Amino acid sequence: MSIQQRFAYDVLVIGAGGAGLRAAIEAVGQGVSVGLICKSLLGKAHTVMAEGGMAAAMGNVDDRDNWQVHFADTMRGGQYVNNWRMAELHAKEAPDRVRELEAWGAVFDRTSDGKILQRNFGGHRYPRLAHVGDRTGLELIRTLQDHTVYLGVTVHMEHTVIDLLLDNGRIAGALAYDRERGRFQLFSAKAVILATGGVGRAYRVTSNSWEGTGDGHALAYRAGAELIDMEFVQFHPTGMVWPPSVKGILVTEGVRGEGGVLKNSAGERFMFGDIPDNYKPQTASDAEEGWRYTQGDKSARRPPELLTRDHVARCIMREVKAGRGSPHGGVFLDIAWIKEKIANAPEHIRRKLPSMYHQFKELADLDITAEPMEVGPTTHYIMGGIRVDADTQASTIPGLFAAGECAAGINGANRLGGNSLSDLIVFGKRAGEYAAAFARANGVPAVDDGAVKTAIDASLAPFSRGSAGENPYKVQSDLQDTMQDLVGIVRVESEMQEALVRLEALWARAAAAGVEGHREYHPGWHTCLDLRNLLAVSEAITRSAIERKESRGGHFRDDFPAKDPAFGKFNVVTSLDRDAAASSPAGMKVSRLSIPEMPAELRQVIRDQEQ
Amino acid sequence: MPTATFRIWRGGSDGAGAFVDYPTEVSEGMVVLDAVHRVQAEQAPDLACRWNCKAGKCGSCSAEINGHPKLLCMTRLNTLDLTVPVTVEPMRAFPPIRDLVTDVSFNFRVKPTLKKFAPRPADVADGTWRMSQRDIDRVQEFRKCIECFLCQDVCHVVREHKKHEEGFIGPRFFVYSAALEMHPLDTADRLGDLKNENGLGYCNITKCCTNVCPENIKITDNAIIPLKERVVSRFYDPVTRLLRVLRS
Repeated sequence: MSIQQRFAYDVLVIGAGGAGLRAAIEAVGQGVSVGLICKSLLGKAHTVMAEGGMAAAMGNVDDRDNWQVHFADTMRGGQYVNNWRMAELHAKEAPDRVRELEAWGAVFDRTSDGKILQRNFGGHRYPRLAHVGDRTGLELIRTLQDHTVYLGVTVHMEHTVIDLLLDNGRIAGALAYDRERGRFQLFSAKAVILATGGVGRAYRVTSNSWEGTGDGHALAYRAGAELIDMEFVQFHPTGMVWPPSVKGILVTEGVRGEGGVLKNSAGERFMFGDIPDNYKPQTASDAEEGWRYTQGDKSARRPPELLTRDHVARCIMREVKAGRGSPHGGVFLDIAWIKEKIANAPEHIRRKLPSMYHQFKELADLDITAEPMEVGPTTHYIMGGIRVDADTQASTIPGLFAAGECAAGINGANRLGGNSLSDLIVFGKRAGEYAAAFARANGVPAVDDGAVKTAIDASLAPFSRGSAGENPYKVQSDLQDTMQDLVGIVRVESEMQEALVRLEALWARAAAAGVEGHREYHPGWHTCLDLRNLLAVSEAITRSAIERKESRGGHFRDDFPAKDPAFGKFNVVTSLDRDAAASSPAGMKVSRLSIPEMPAELRQVIRDQEQ
Repeated sequence: MPTATFRIWRGGSDGAGAFVDYPTEVSEGMVVLDAVHRVQAEQAPDLACRWNCKAGKCGSCSAEINGHPKLLCMTRLNTLDLTVPVTVEPMRAFPPIRDLVTDVSFNFRVKPTLKKFAPRPADVADGTWRMSQRDIDRVQEFRKCIECFLCQDVCHVVREHKKHEEGFIGPRFFVYSAALEMHPLDTADRLGDLKNENGLGYCNITKCCTNVCPENIKITDNAIIPLKERVVSRFYDPVTRLLRVLRS
């Protein structure tokens, strides 16, 4: 079997969510040719599911907000292991990126004086999230999509990238296949931008769609790039828990931003009982103050439900474990109670949270304007990813760039809600700009036909094993159980060592996976190809989590429950060890990378915001 | 666990194929997409089906369930009669690819042929605009569209009369056009195109599109009829025609 189609671009963007689309727009605007590969149809990427909003310190609702406050909030949320330069660029540039969307047709909710409205969200000091009800992600992706289709970007829908191709250590393009016909296609490119999103499908309970299989992480890793911070996985505190078939689907933090409260089976607002010291000065002292905050009272402090996601998720776990959970193993999230406070509350809730209303009505037969929801933690986001240069988004491989969730740095140990959508557009733009510059400065790379043939043969192997091979769906399902049970919200050394043993067995089963039939739109075959990506990121998460013997942000260890300042000085790096790769499937090397010292002016910004 | 039978279309891009019955265990809260996934994992690993978000937000899993255009992920089993087989087939207005997957590329070709958003100059020196919430409410309704294309699938102008092959853009793109035409900042004029190129006149407001819209957008009443009214007053109203003649 050989290549059936060839394409050549200056810049190839892999992934068509917010980051990929924004990167494509920027690159094509620089006058280079751009190809865009998406795993699904255009406009269906996981960005579409983002709900609450995008964080940008525009100060439209509270004029005390500015980039310094946003920067300090992001660093505090990330427990100071963030790439501070990324956090700085993000806070400074997000407002312009949001306003640009309006010029491209986005229709954000408005303030009474006609500006873009901003809402409260966990960990953000002031109302900061530009939003459209609770469907902000749809607005973002559709705006970028509708802008892109007029620009001359060539879009390859329903294509899956199998491997990146190198030319003497520099990026040369990618091997992909088209789902409709199952044909192998060679994309040669002077620069490649990975914008492939997250890894949620490595876990049993997740808010992620089927696409979140860590493709970009694994492609970069196999090509020799470094991954960092892979131990930091965000478990969003509020996913649906009932009925079983929808377990994990996201319930936006916006519910809490609009006044929703968390209660246990005894009816207690348990979040008031556990407020971390570094957040005490900013947190409401009673329910009344919390309510006033959600209604825009500038003298009030935020309710404890809006503490960072890692903390809220662990508090919910604790309530459930202590036997104070809801009937289906979660806790109660109540927005209906606001009828005590405002007239026509049901209508208000339906207007502010239309898709939540719709989602619970359709999928759980529950009216959120009348009854509390049941919620529990769900795997939502990975802070870790491809190590990139803050300004250019260049990875450690020349010509390979990364942006959005598959890149790491901005979020540190924990991401604040709303910082993802703004991350996509800030760093998507930068990746597009610098990838185009790289393409202009460098010639056409050569593609190694031998490497292409090897990759094609390997990807077709499942057909030769046929139905006698392992069922790929079963292998994926067993992997999800392993990660959920052993490397989840609460981690201990022994369980993670057990996970490594199981992962090794799963690697062997994945290598023996087989399918029957032909290559046209074959989901079983596709699952076979996803497995090695899922396994690579799962192993990186596990090995990084073992290396970090402390608790910080999204990474919580029962055997090391405290934060250790010594671990705040470095990021954990995982990379391919080519010598070891010959004997072990992943051949993974773990190392530590010192965090550069923050410049004095940024340290001062953080100190100023500590009160 | 109780069992239900799913009668799922299996076929290729040549249109040939047949329904195959898959008896499957079902449990509380399941949607049709869960059943399709269970069949995929346990009985038919090569069963082709599009899906992404599983929460009614992406519009990927459009199909016809017991003959009705619906999202697989938002159709709960307790809304169906499980004592008889549940038929699941692809959208029939689009060319088949495999099993439940169809070629919806027509929709992606249409959009770039329509005039894009063209905002007026910024209202404020910092490059921003001012709009009141009341003025954008109706545009926000249209922008809820998840591009599932169920409205295109059910529209008889597409499905029966194939007018999309002659330029008819279908309900999805009347909604897209309405969102731009009614956008407070937009300055482009699409009425001539809607009348002459895009086949707005073919729609005889049977409201089938509105009935299948999973986002409950009032496609006919709020998008298509107002566009038709604008076309009528521009091109057919005797008073405005006279004024236009006098002005030129």
